Amino acid sequence: MTPTSIRATRPAAVRLGTVLALAGLVLLLAAALGRPFVSGASGLALTYLPLVAGALLLAVGPYLGRSGGLAHTGTLRDPFRSRGWPAWALAAALTGFYALVYWWPRHLDGLIRQLDPLALALARQPASEWFLYGFWYTLAVGVMGARMALRHRGNPYQQWRTASVVFFQLAFGFLIPQVLRAFQQPEFYFTYFWPLKKEYLFPSDLAGLVAGGGLGVFMAVWGVVAALVATPVLTWAYGKRWYCSWVCGCGGLAETAGDPFRHLSDKSRAAWRFERWSIHLTLVAVVGVTALVFGSHFAGGGWLGAASGTATRLYGFVVGAVLSGVVGVGFYPLLGSRVWCRYFCPQAAILGVIQRFFSRFRITTNGGQCISCGNCSTYCEMGIDVRAYAQRGENIVRASCVGCGLCAAVCPRGVLRLENGPVGDRFPARTTPGTLGP
Amino acid sequence: MQVVIIGNGIAGVTTALSLRKRRRDWGITLISGESDVFFSRTALMYVFMGQMRLKDTQPYEPHVWREKRIERVRGWVTHIDVGERRVRLDDGRAIAWDRLVVATGSTPNRFGWPGETLGGVQGLYTLQDLETLERAAADARRAVVVGGGLIGVELAEMLHGRRLPVTLLARESAYWNNALPAEEAALVTSVVRAAGIDLRLSTGLAFIEGDARGRAATAVDTTGARHDAQIVGLTAGVRPNLSAVVGSGLATGRGIRVDRTLHTGVDDVWACGDCAEIVEPGAPPDAPGRVEQLWYTGRMQGEVCAANVAGEQVAYDRGIWFNSARFFDLDWHTYGHVPAALDPPDAALRQAVWVDAPRRRLVRIVARDGAVVGVNSLGLRQRQAVWTRWIAEGRSARDVAARLDDAVFEPEFTGRLDPRAAAALKEQLA
Repeated sequence: MTPTSIRATRPAAVRLGTVLALAGLVLLLAAALGRPFVSGASGLALTYLPLVAGALLLAVGPYLGRSGGLAHTGTLRDPFRSRGWPAWALAAALTGFYALVYWWPRHLDGLIRQLDPLALALARQPASEWFLYGFWYTLAVGVMGARMALRHRGNPYQQWRTASVVFFQLAFGFLIPQVLRAFQQPEFYFTYFWPLKKEYLFPSDLAGLVAGGGLGVFMAVWGVVAALVATPVLTWAYGKRWYCSWVCGCGGLAETAGDPFRHLSDKSRAAWRFERWSIHLTLVAVVGVTALVFGSHFAGGGWLGAASGTATRLYGFVVGAVLSGVVGVGFYPLLGSRVWCRYFCPQAAILGVIQRFFSRFRITTNGGQCISCGNCSTYCEMGIDVRAYAQRGENIVRASCVGCGLCAAVCPRGVLRLENGPVGDRFPARTTPGTLGP
Repeated sequence: MQVVIIGNGIAGVTTALSLRKRRRDWGITLISGESDVFFSRTALMYVFMGQMRLKDTQPYEPHVWREKRIERVRGWVTHIDVGERRVRLDDGRAIAWDRLVVATGSTPNRFGWPGETLGGVQGLYTLQDLETLERAAADARRAVVVGGGLIGVELAEMLHGRRLPVTLLARESAYWNNALPAEEAALVTSVVRAAGIDLRLSTGLAFIEGDARGRAATAVDTTGARHDAQIVGLTAGVRPNLSAVVGSGLATGRGIRVDRTLHTGVDDVWACGDCAEIVEPGAPPDAPGRVEQLWYTGRMQGEVCAANVAGEQVAYDRGIWFNSARFFDLDWHTYGHVPAALDPPDAALRQAVWVDAPRRRLVRIVARDGAVVGVNSLGLRQRQAVWTRWIAEGRSARDVAARLDDAVFEPEFTGRLDPRAAAALKEQLA
């Protein structure tokens, strides 16, 4: 046997993908300028079929026919994934897109109108900027989910988890809310709860749902039970991961489209200190806003009503638009995929507190096997210095861990395993000789 | 009290940090010629492959050294003066100590191959090796790696990961079969070949021919085959690095001879890690001791060394043996005693091996008088705590074979082991 070409399958798939994606992009651009080459449903199909097929080929092409080795070779030599100019360009484009969606949607009108046939079919209403956003979001999760699944062939945890986030985004993050609209029902997201969807516990919103009767009552009960009962119980049983890296839409995007950028998270102690303040301050803010809304609802209007209105709008702008959208996703290529989840998400804050103090979840360190290589810390999207624990033979129990399992997947010595077990067993006495201890 | 530690690898750094936990007010100085900061040598391969940055290989942030008050000195130690109690550096500086720890690590073996000093011919051990390899890789077309051990396959993976076709020469008849039994060696061989490495077994390096610029051009192997190669990686093992202790009066054999407390026999001088040769109590002065060249043993010895430097009396006991590695994407875990070959045959030892070639999994259980003493596992990560307990308790090997799922450390959703594995293992152990 003679060593010959390596990864010979790559160019064909990638070349074809490039051609298809470019063709789709030209059609998309034409639509964006309000001059689609073909209008109606066929125009929609002609644009998005090659676009999605091309993107799929580009995303999975490098992993086709691959055997052996870790899937991260070359990551930090790729300017796209290591803050080179392509990363800055993508960050500018994403940030710009968020700004348009939030504040200047009329500039997206051509793209929105192109989706009308689909919106009419699903929701029996024309598309809006939020329909466009949800559609693109779901496509990104699906296409990059395929990449993630292929990358982690042989790792059932990664494959099930990826399938789960793609499913929840497609079904509960996109299709069901749209179909609900077709039946004159509220556009309800069954996979978001207070405080991420803070209004799902607001008294006026609950009253509105209940007044609709039938399905509305179910939605109201669902929102309350999910926030107050299911969330703590599931987090006790499985850790934060049941939500953050299996169900949540923000997590879904981070775990798929954000995967190429996961290593860009800041691992320093300074970042950890900032995180503990920022995320808990956001939680305090959302609790405050909710309390104001409750106060104004039951104590009736007046200055309280004005204050709660202002607080809700301010929170919506700062947290909802700027931090979760523009910074949270727009900065993926510069700061990593979990900026929002790590520093600001109030849902993650609550789940984190439960995980740190009351959960059965931990990442087990396999005795004294750690060689301090640092792959785990490098590829932790939450910026946890996993190695700091593993090299001392300690289990990893951290509020911020979303249980993505990448640390265990990249470990070249089989040191880490995500698992659930009795809460009290998470911090065992050190038994392995030669681990440095706390 | 001023403690000086020569070498900031895992053994030296562990000594420093463990000592600081025990003695808050002692002065601790770490001397290194290789680098200003502690980095993980095991991660150099990932830096070369673009999977990590050099910065990511540092297990501690810079503030740790400041907060733990560990002074770091950059320079190569050229002489240890045990009478005057000081070390001399290559730049002429002298550093005084009250207690000294030598943790100078290893140096790659060379066997006097013709052409081994040509450009592009090198091992991979130090930061400097990584830098020269990086330069050589910039305009190399093909590479040859010599050596049938763990580092050989790592170097092959590194170069392969940079899209260089690699020929790997191993003297053994199956990969690393001086450490792995035949079935394991066969499975690793197939994985290395499936990854695209041109693995030549029962083949060594004969000589290397250079070009006009003094750089490697062709590697000729012991079968006479000629390999176009601008990089020739030499990974034929390492030996203790004794350059700093020459002429110091410290007793040396293969390494720096120490007792089980890692003491050299010279007052207030200890040695730990790769450079230490541990001599059993009561052994004759010229009897060879044990040299351990693993990351884990360096860390364990560093802890023991720190305790003894602090004035405790702690004997080094590495406990039940363990090791692990990854051959491309094939994980290997081993615990306890697993001989590569039974030569001479040992009637009390029984072995059972189960191989699932299509899924690339292997489990071997070794028993002595029916009690489990060791395990080898390929393609299945194993839980150290469970195997250590089973081996320490002397569990029945047949019982262990039936409970393998309790020890598997694979990701969730992996599913239980094929029940035929337990049946096959138990039958062989009967």
